[in-house]
Amino acid sequence: MRHTLDKRAELTDLERRLLDRYQQGFPLTMTPYADMAAALDAEETEVLTALHRLQQLGVISRVGPVFRPHAVGASTLAAMAVPEERLEEVASIVSSFAAVNHNYEREHRFNLWFVATAADAEELQQVLQSIEGLTNIKVMPLPMLEDYHIDLGFDLRWT
Amino acid sequence: MDMKTTRPILKPGDADTPLSEIDLALVGAIQGGLPLAPRPFALLATQLGLCERETLERVRRLQDRGVIKRMGLVVRHQELGYGANAMVVWDVPDSEVAELGRCLSKFEFITLCYRRPRCGPDWPFNLFCMIHGCDREEVRGKVRQLVQCCGLEEIPHHVLFSRRRFKQRGARYRNAAERESVTP
Repeated sequence: MRHTLDKRAELTDLERRLLDRYQQGFPLTMTPYADMAAALDAEETEVLTALHRLQQLGVISRVGPVFRPHAVGASTLAAMAVPEERLEEVASIVSSFAAVNHNYEREHRFNLWFVATAADAEELQQVLQSIEGLTNIKVMPLPMLEDYHIDLGFDLRWT
Repeated sequence: MDMKTTRPILKPGDADTPLSEIDLALVGAIQGGLPLAPRPFALLATQLGLCERETLERVRRLQDRGVIKRMGLVVRHQELGYGANAMVVWDVPDSEVAELGRCLSKFEFITLCYRRPRCGPDWPFNLFCMIHGCDREEVRGKVRQLVQCCGLEEIPHHVLFSRRRFKQRGARYRNAAERESVTP
């Protein structure tokens, strides 16, 4: 089931090289895609087409910034222990908030895990309270206190 | 890869000078991704009422300040064959959490490593890391490798595999309290 999602076989050589080379270090220049193309020995239009297609395939969510937690606004990981029979209903309430960007089922008594991000701590608190109010289930906030990892993107193994 | 060995520890607070209104608007404009067009910063500039050069300069500054952690293609792991993703949580003595966090972060298969608060008797875990793998066996093998290499034999831990993904997209920092229509 999960493996049917695998889109690797469909990717062109240029798409793979973009994924390998540009998860970080996007050129901060006026013509970034032309500069990426030059570095990869391709044409700007080919790069733009490839990026559009990667996005359409769902292989990338976007070309853009990853913000450091807490550097802009407020965010937190949060977990809920949801009775199995209510999981879909509760998950869809949680996902309906613009503040929620990740929402996963995990195998644990705390089985629903989401990340909520808002302009400030007060707005974030409002979101969590609304979720509790709408679902009648307690939300356990687990904000980041310290980050030990430098995000260099993900090392994809093509073989 | 050498960058991984000299990583500084980033604490919330290092880049905490509040952002100006213009920078907040810029964050709002780029949080969902840059325009895929030959002059993306010119398009953003028009939207923000700035000039192209200043827009670019502001993005550079956000990156230099560490507000932007990285900039580029943001991949969705499942679509690339990494079907197993596990959050591994550890109950580490408070005095050792930073050292162990740095140890775990050195492994290339770790994509996040955070200290978080414990939360009562139900949730004693204070160190979190994320591991992506092709299948569960691979992820379990990596957890064993972490236990061995970082000397975590005595440290209680739990591996929470993901089952369903209900939602995944980039963070939105503005107008976040509103509810939106859901695309499953």
